[in-house]
Amino acid sequence: MGGRAGLLIAPRILEDVSRGRDIILVTGTNGKTTTSAMLRAGWGGEVAGNDTGANMIQGHVAALCASNASRAVLETDESWMAVVISSLRPRVVVLLNLSRDQLDRANEVRRIALGWRECLAPETYGGVVVANAGDPLVVFAAQEARHVRWVDVPSSWRDDAASCPHCTRAITFGDGGWSCECGFAKPRVFSASVGATLEIGGESFEWGLALPGSFNEVNAALALTALAECGVEVATALTRLRTMTTVQGRYGLRRFGGRTLRLLLAKNPAGTAALLASLDPEDEVWIAINAQLADGRDPSWLYDVDFDNLKGHRVTCLGERRLDLATRLTYAGIDCAVVDEPESLQGEGSVTVVANYTAFREWMGRSTPC
Amino acid sequence: MLRVAVILPDLLGTYGDGGNATVLAARARARGIEVEVVPLAIGAVIAPADLYLLGGGEDGPQRLARDLLVEGGFVERVRDGAHVFAVCAGLQILGTTFSIEGDASYPGLGLVEATTTRARARAVGDMATMVSGHMMVGFENHGGFTSLGTGVEPFGQVLVGRGNDGHVDGYRAGRIWATYAHGPVLAQNPWLADQLLSEVTGESLAPWASVADRLYLERCERVSTRRSAGDRTAGRH
Repeated sequence: MGGRAGLLIAPRILEDVSRGRDIILVTGTNGKTTTSAMLRAGWGGEVAGNDTGANMIQGHVAALCASNASRAVLETDESWMAVVISSLRPRVVVLLNLSRDQLDRANEVRRIALGWRECLAPETYGGVVVANAGDPLVVFAAQEARHVRWVDVPSSWRDDAASCPHCTRAITFGDGGWSCECGFAKPRVFSASVGATLEIGGESFEWGLALPGSFNEVNAALALTALAECGVEVATALTRLRTMTTVQGRYGLRRFGGRTLRLLLAKNPAGTAALLASLDPEDEVWIAINAQLADGRDPSWLYDVDFDNLKGHRVTCLGERRLDLATRLTYAGIDCAVVDEPESLQGEGSVTVVANYTAFREWMGRSTPC
Repeated sequence: MLRVAVILPDLLGTYGDGGNATVLAARARARGIEVEVVPLAIGAVIAPADLYLLGGGEDGPQRLARDLLVEGGFVERVRDGAHVFAVCAGLQILGTTFSIEGDASYPGLGLVEATTTRARARAVGDMATMVSGHMMVGFENHGGFTSLGTGVEPFGQVLVGRGNDGHVDGYRAGRIWATYAHGPVLAQNPWLADQLLSEVTGESLAPWASVADRLYLERCERVSTRRSAGDRTAGRH
């Protein structure tokens, strides 16, 4: 609330509070909060940041007013880039990925890509962009920027980049690359996450992260490339990243009755697909889906997710849209239970809870740290 | 063998409408009907099918989809006797003209006399209509205002949301059915999925109870509560 009041008093307050600081700005559909946490941890020392996920201007103002640190890592909502970049003048902008998310609020992903492209053009931004070269919409957004460090990371989600953002013809994806007839193609990369290693500046590093999932190696590859631009040694930063076990309650273990929970946040098709691929075969899975404003009011994205990875797991559907979820899973041929009252969930053993935004917050409130 | 073809899922698959094929296939198989679902992505030949499904998409991809359907002879396939179930951008493409990217008007396939212009505001939210005595529930997310030609029958009467124009939603023109409802609409309305299957196969289907029926009842109840709370005009043109 302090942030909101500040904005009303002085519209240029964001510019004022950010002056003289080294800022890394992070945006994208998935991985903003985790990548920002990696950047703060990897940078070392005192780093300001909107680590509660308040990623619109109010959150930036509040974060910068709360700390005198000379360095800040700020995650920003995809739609707020233009305003935020001109006020914050970040040293580095990290573009993670761009795919469908909460379409009823942000409408169309291509419009967002175009917005990024405009605010990253040399006339408006002179800093460095660290960008995911595997995502054609991200490349479209960053390709005109003055300085770009392209990062090669494995990406499985292509459903939003089937047609070229320049000419609308089909983009062809092949071994490690992609291109369109019009000449738009994957750029030459500066760093890459290949299998279990990170390759950057001619050196190789074993990942060895404690955070699960190959998607976290993707986040880390972009974070370490950005930190290298800020003069942080890759080996030093990676050592710091390896000590991370939880980000805002995600990935870490929590207690609920006699159960041990691992809470995962999955709020859109690309993110959910990545999480399901990281499940252990014996995991019991509870999936909680809400459709509040912050989640997007329309849960039809569940039909964009391939749920085959759930086969063989014990699955329970929770949240206010549990019937939408159970219907989806039934049509996918996956047995599941529907539970109306989460408090009635008894038993023992460990459970992986996959929840979208507000459902995740409910489960954080319902459980306690281990 | 029932052949269901999903038209350009890579262009018209932004709003989960690919789920309509999943639902139809599962419900057909549950009744012992063999079914093949064929996704026709960019570059694929528009193969013959009993039913073509079209979904929603963004402006640029919508225009490209229209061009590819013209080139691929989709209109001829439909005139040969195929059924079509179209949602949102799909609904607009089958019509005479539609507006994209600002207010530029673009020719549709002309299969149905329906013209779409850009509405003053986007319609985003739960929607409900009456379709031949059934309540149909779904979610709309579009900037179109669609007018039907004389004699074109709407698909439903709007109870909540905008649909075509705040009064009616979609159209039913012979074997071509269209609505603005996502959800996916056949997932939220199992009776409609069965009606469409019956229509395409010419068979009457045995009941098949599932959790989808519970979902449908829950959505209807929710919409009725909203409607009695005077929410009807939300999203009007």
